[in-house]
Formats: sequence, structure tokens, C-alpha cells
Amino acid sequence: MTTHTDSTSGTTGSTALGAKAGTTTGKKPSYGPLAGPTQWLDDRVGLAGLAKKQMRKVFPDHWSFMLGEIALYSFVILLLSGVFLTFWYDPSMTEVEYGGSYGPLRGLEMSRAYATSLELSFDVRGGLLMRQIHHWAAALFLAAMLVHMLRVFFTGAYRKPRETNWLVGLGLLQLGIIEGFAGYSLPDDLLSGTGLRIAEGLMRSIPVVGTYISFFVFGGEFPGGDFIPRLYIVHVLLIPGILLALITLHMVLLVYNKHTQWPGPGRTNNNVVGYPLLPVYMAKAGGFFFVVFGVTALMGALFQINPIWNFGPYNPAEVTAGSQPDWYMGWLDGALRMMPPWEFTILSWTFSMNVFIPGILLMGLLFGVLGAYPFVEQWVTGDKREHHLLERPRNAPTRTAFGAAGITAYGLLWISGGNDIIATSFGLDFYWITRSLRVLIFVGPVLVFVLTKRICIGLQRKDSETVLHGYESGVIVRSPDGGYSERHVPVTPEEAWRLTAHERPTVAALPPATDGNSVKAPQAGLERARARLAQFWLGDDHEKPTAGELDEAHHHAAGHDEDPAELETERDYQGTNELGVPRRH
Amino acid sequence: MTVAGRPPHDSSAEHGDRHGREVEPHTGDPVPDPGLGEHEYRPTDVDSAAEKRAERQIATLFGLSALLTLAFCVAYFAIGRNDTFAGTNASNLVLGTTLGLALLFIGIGAIQWAKTLMDDHEIVEMRHGSGSSEQDKAEALASFEQGAAESGFGRRTLIRNSLLTSLGVLGLPAVVLLADLGPLPGNAPRQTVWANGVRVVVDVSGEPLRLEDIEVGQLVNAQPAVFYETDEAGEPRYEGTELLNAKAKAAVVLVRMLPDDLVNPESAAKGVDGVLCFSKICPHLGCPISLWEQQTRNLLCPCHQSTFDLSDGGQVVFGPAKRAVPQLEIGLDEEGYLIAMGDFTVPIGPSFPEMYQD
Repeated sequence: MTTHTDSTSGTTGSTALGAKAGTTTGKKPSYGPLAGPTQWLDDRVGLAGLAKKQMRKVFPDHWSFMLGEIALYSFVILLLSGVFLTFWYDPSMTEVEYGGSYGPLRGLEMSRAYATSLELSFDVRGGLLMRQIHHWAAALFLAAMLVHMLRVFFTGAYRKPRETNWLVGLGLLQLGIIEGFAGYSLPDDLLSGTGLRIAEGLMRSIPVVGTYISFFVFGGEFPGGDFIPRLYIVHVLLIPGILLALITLHMVLLVYNKHTQWPGPGRTNNNVVGYPLLPVYMAKAGGFFFVVFGVTALMGALFQINPIWNFGPYNPAEVTAGSQPDWYMGWLDGALRMMPPWEFTILSWTFSMNVFIPGILLMGLLFGVLGAYPFVEQWVTGDKREHHLLERPRNAPTRTAFGAAGITAYGLLWISGGNDIIATSFGLDFYWITRSLRVLIFVGPVLVFVLTKRICIGLQRKDSETVLHGYESGVIVRSPDGGYSERHVPVTPEEAWRLTAHERPTVAALPPATDGNSVKAPQAGLERARARLAQFWLGDDHEKPTAGELDEAHHHAAGHDEDPAELETERDYQGTNELGVPRRH
Repeated sequence: MTVAGRPPHDSSAEHGDRHGREVEPHTGDPVPDPGLGEHEYRPTDVDSAAEKRAERQIATLFGLSALLTLAFCVAYFAIGRNDTFAGTNASNLVLGTTLGLALLFIGIGAIQWAKTLMDDHEIVEMRHGSGSSEQDKAEALASFEQGAAESGFGRRTLIRNSLLTSLGVLGLPAVVLLADLGPLPGNAPRQTVWANGVRVVVDVSGEPLRLEDIEVGQLVNAQPAVFYETDEAGEPRYEGTELLNAKAKAAVVLVRMLPDDLVNPESAAKGVDGVLCFSKICPHLGCPISLWEQQTRNLLCPCHQSTFDLSDGGQVVFGPAKRAVPQLEIGLDEEGYLIAMGDFTVPIGPSFPEMYQD
């Protein structure tokens, strides 16, 4: 234990693997009971180099950093429960007569896919549990990815050098949505068949080649006999394979770029402060995996999801009222419901814009905008530096406003996806709901944008106020001439740093339209447009106080604050005694 | 790496401006970085009783987890597949709760261990720019250029271009091989099994219908009689996938309205005595249109709420559908049963690009 481990601080990363065979001469260090196997492995693959760097890797702590973990763990749960389901599920559209143990459906004609899904639910012990865990984990996977993406967006964690990982994440979300849809289409019950019927309609709406795409995907006319087996291999091999590869890339980039952190005392753009992977994050993250798995298992036990036996086998002539997709498809279904009937024919080709725009273009538009955002922001602000400190949403009002506007649009589409349920539940007229939504989808995001930006700027002002004049102590002071005022107490240095550690935005002046010789400068138009955009982007932000302003404020406060019980900082404030005099330590 | 509690690094050096344009590095901070605070000790760090208690708690959680996992295995065999408890499947309930709690207890135990007993000194690790060093970049570029020069890829344009061509053409089989995924559409999307003389029969039961079987205001789900017929060998003429494909286009609804309520004479002429026959497949995205509003004589699609006025030839009155729901011309055969007078004259189901081509 002398040459290769540091038992005093434990921070050098040296462990039993820290010594490579061959590099040590003379006295051999002690490796413990695993010496043989680790030595054997290292002689062949040389793991110690990697291990010494990564084993004590530091991760910062914050609750919001766990959102991505939930997504990762639910993916692992999906793989485990999904493998179980494949042992019984048969992706076949061959019609069979059901003879299983669920009485109400016995004797009915149905596809083998549906019959084996019923078998999993009623005749395989633990099958229903695994089906429900799988479905709940899928809903959780998508929800966690979405919320994780919002966290990354609103804190500016996508900024350089993490734009690549932002794009990888968007790929994961998009594939996750498709994977989820493919999954809940496989049981071939009435509800999932209705979803596929709609998907087939979406394919048909693709200009010029739509009919061919539909015929090639379905192996002929809808529903045909080929689609479920094809969808199955996409669901269990193709997309999970790509997801796995992208998740690996996502993790590798996370390790390489190191995690972002919140600004705070001692936390700068050049360091990362937190706990080591071994042992703290091994235990916390590993434990959290079991927590997520445990919660999904409890959900599978206690909350029913997708009771396929209630829907019956797929029949293209039947549907249930109130058909709803899984939650993550709701916004697309809502867009289809909201769209006015635009369809036209040019040169004998029909273009179904009422289907193509909401059903196909919208998803591309959303992911296009999200993918472009980091680059647009970088171009507008001209900020090409690396950022490892997160920003509070209020300190980036324009970004936060864009995000809030996006959430509003998504929310309105989602509401539209449930317009029939909302109408019947609340006794409203759904024509009226749909017409309102058609207007709100344009007006709502703009209103929310303006409001959010103003709220952020207001919060920035409040932060400045707190730094300059302290916080309101609740202590009312009566002055000798009879006036009353509330005493303000300075915040702690840590709190003051937390409130001012963000950047001070600077907006470049508008470049001149002409060069020195009154000749139109090349690129001047674009540069001037960029400068105007930068003004819009950053120009309204409230700047944090300067050192001079803070000095002045303290000076001012000292002038009229002559209370004998002087309050230095927040820490000194212990409430007041019965006479209203602040308590001291 | 340094241990928490040491003074932080000079904050003026942060935000290293590598390629900055106009944005200034942040200057003029009103307050200095106070640096990492003192390490605060937890009760378990200073009180050995608290430490022992935490140890016991964690071990209890892990122990309970093991017991619950064993309970899961017992329940698997002890509870019948379809036993019920409180109106729900008992096997599912017990298996799920034992497994869920077993997993949860491992997770809570591990996290509790990390939070109460593992060393909680914060560690500072320095970051390095994500890009490679200038030297690495120059060396990588030099290696690449050497390799490229030795291959002669840039110089021997004949070889290069022929290689690129051969690789490019390789993309074709990847597409061509998929051509047998499905037949070409041909005329299939425009045809259904309806033809002159095919009886309109009640869905599921297959009973033929006379006019008097349908009351005013009533809607009847119907199918072509061929779905219920058998061939010479006694086999159904349509079954399995073929039946589903045919049904996806042929399903219809029959409605009876007062002839005076019919505002569209052309549509009324395609029916018999106020009985009209419409496709059940929505011209928006193909859902079966099943919600009949007797008072307004509107038919509403439950999927995206397109609404069609059946007293006006199935015109769209609301929703995302563009086209009217197709109407099937019907008549009576010599026995007085409802029959189709021919196939639909417009395509059934969702629009497609070649819809209006011959």
C-alpha cells in the first residue's frame, strides 16, 4: 500500500488497478483478493489507464440532473421487460380462433398477435405484470426524455461544447416517439389497429409517392398480412439498436465534456465540483435505477394500462368513441384534429395538406427548430465560447420566453388531442373548442412569449434589488419622527454570489451600412440584421449591479441605519424578540 | 484535483475567451466568489450512535428486499393465474408489489448508504477545453496529408472517380431490393367489392334488409352480402386478411330519413324512399365513422371529429376532412331486399396523390 495508493485523501484515483504489471519493479503492491483476475484482464486489455481516470470522476449534484437518468433507466427496464414479452408474443397476422382463458373473447376470430398478447395477459404468470411494466416504462421513458430536454434547454446546457449531444438527444427523443408508437401498435387490438389505420392515412398524404409508400410498408392494401411482423422487427431490433448506439454516444460525450454545474461558491466555468463516481455516484445512481425499476413495477401492479382485452380484435369497420393515442402522440393527433380541411389537386396530383402538414411536416418542423436553436442563438449573440455553467432561466429571458412559447404550442396541440373528452367531461361545445384552438395556437405562444420575457426581466430586477438592498426582514422600525420603515438585511456573500455569478450580456452596436468611402460594405445587410436580432435577444435584459452600485447602496444603507442591533447578514438574523428587537447569536 | 475547502481558483481566469467575438468575458462582478464553503459534518460523521443506526436501517432495507424477492417466488406458485383480489388479478397484484418493493428497498438502501455513511467531501476537478491542442491538430493533419499523398487519391483522378462511381451505384440495389415489399397500387385503392346486385346486409349477423326493417332516424351498420357467402366447397368467399382488406373499404352505414328532410336531391335519388347508404370509412384518415346524431342528421368520426351531413349528400360540415363521405347508390331486388346498384364512384378512405387520375 505504499507506492500506488493514497489512503489519506482518496482523491488521486489510484486503486488496486492503478499499477500496471511490468511497470512495477522490486516491491509489488498488494492488490487484494481480486488481484488474480484483474491482473489477468489488465495484461490483455490494459484497463488501468481508463480506470484511474474515470473511477473517481466527479459529478455535480442537483435534482434536475436526475431526469436524464430516469430516461436511461426506463430504457434498461424496457429492454429487460421487452425480452420477456418476446418469449410468448407472436407477431403474426394469421387469423385464429381464440381459445384462451379470457371468457368474453373465446371463440372470436383474431390475429395470432392479439391472441398471444391475451395469452401474455391471462395465461402467463407475471405476463400481465411485465406487459404493464413495459408500457408504463415506455410512457416514463418518453416523459423523462422530454422533461430532461426542457431542463437542458432552459438552463442553456446545450451551449458549446454540447451542441452535438443536444442533437443526439433530439434523435433519441424522435426515435423514442416512433418506437413507442410501434410498440403499442403490436398487440393488434381494436385501439392499436385504429392507430395504424391513421398512420396509413398519414403515409398516403405524402405528395406524389404516398400511395406507393403505403403499399410498400403494408405489403399491399391496409391492413394486409405483412405489417405486424415488419413492425415487430423494427420495434425489437432496428430502433432499439439505434437507440442503444445513440445512448452510448450520449454517455461518452457526457463523460468527455464533463457535466455542467450550477454557478455557486467555488463553482466556476473551469472546474466541476461534486462527488466521485466511486463510491458516491455508483451508489446513488445505481440505487436510483432500482428506485425507478421499483416504481414502474409498483405501477405495473397497481395501475392498469392498455387493457387490450376490453378493446377486442381489430376490425376495420369498428372503432370505440374516445379513442386516444399514448400521451406522447397526443400532440400530433391534436394537430390533425385542429387542422382546417385544406386539400387541393394540381396537374391531377392531389395534395392533402389537411393531413400532411399536421401529420408529417409538424414533427419535422418541431425537431428542425429544436435542432437549429443552439446554432441560431450562437449566431445571434456571437457567443462562441465554451459554457459549463448553467444559466438560471430568468437570466436568459429570450430563451426562456421561446421555451415557454414552445410549451404553450405543444400544450394547446395536446389539449386539441383530447377535445372530445374535454367537451364531454365539461359539457362544452367541441366545435367551439376546436375553433378557439385554431386561433389560440397562433396567439397563445406570442402572448406567452411576451409575458415570460417580462416576468424574467422582473425577476432579474428583483435579484438586483436583493443584492443591492438586502432582503425584507419583516422588522418594522419606528423612527424618532414617527415614520415606519421595514429593515432590509444584507444577504450572505454566498447568496450574493449566487445571484450575480451569471454573465453580463453585451450587445454589439449596429455596424455601419457603408464602409468609410460610402460604398455599401459587403455583408453589411446580414450583419446589421444580426445586430438587430441581438438587440432583440439581449437588449431588454436587466443587468446585474456593478461593484460601484453595490458600494453605493451599502453606503446609503449605512447612512440611515442606526439601529443598535446591527444586522450584518442574513446569517445573523435570528428573528426578533417580543420587543421587536432582532435577536443576535 | 483539490479537496473542498481550499480556496477557489482565481475567478478572473474563468470563461477563457478562446474564439470570442463581441461578447466580453464577464467583468465587474459586484461580489467576489466566496469559494467553497466549509465542509459541514453530518450526524453520522460525528455521532457513532447515529452511524450505527444508519447502518442498521440500510441493512434492514436490504434484508427486507431479499425477503420480498423470496415472497415474489412463493406467490408465483401459490397464487392461481386468474385468482382475483379486490376486483383485480391477485397474481399480478402480489407479484408486482413484492417485486416493486424489493427493488425499491435496494434503491433506497443504496442511496441512504451514499448519503449518510459514504465520505461526503466535495471534490474539485478541473476542466480542459474540449478541442484538441494545436499541436495535436497539426500532427493529425500532417498524418492525414501524408496518407492521402501516399495513396495518390487526389492525383489519380481516374481511379478516384471510378471508385466513387462504383460506390455511388451501390446505393441502387439497397433501394431496388425493396421493390418487392409490396405490389404497386394500380387500381386497388379505387375498387371495393360492391357491385350491381350485391345485397346490403346487416353487419355481424349477415341478415338481408328490406325497407321496412329500418325506421326513420335509425342507423344500421351494414356490409356487402359477399362477406357471408360461401363458395362451392363450402368455404367462405372472404376470410382472414383478405376479408379485413375488403372490409376496410366496403363497410357502410344505412340511414333512413324523412324524404322531406333530404336537402340534396342528387343524393336522395341514390337512395330508396329516404334510405341512404354511405361509406363507413372516413375520407380523412379512414376511421369508421360511427357517431350518429339523429337530430341533426350528422355523422361524426370519433377519431378527429370530422362531421358529415347525411341529409346533404354527406357534405363536410366541420372538421379536418375535405371530401364528402362517399355515397353508395342502392335499390331493391325483385324480392324487395336492398342491393347496391354498382361500386362507389369515388375512392374510399384517406386521400392519396393519384386519387383524381384515371
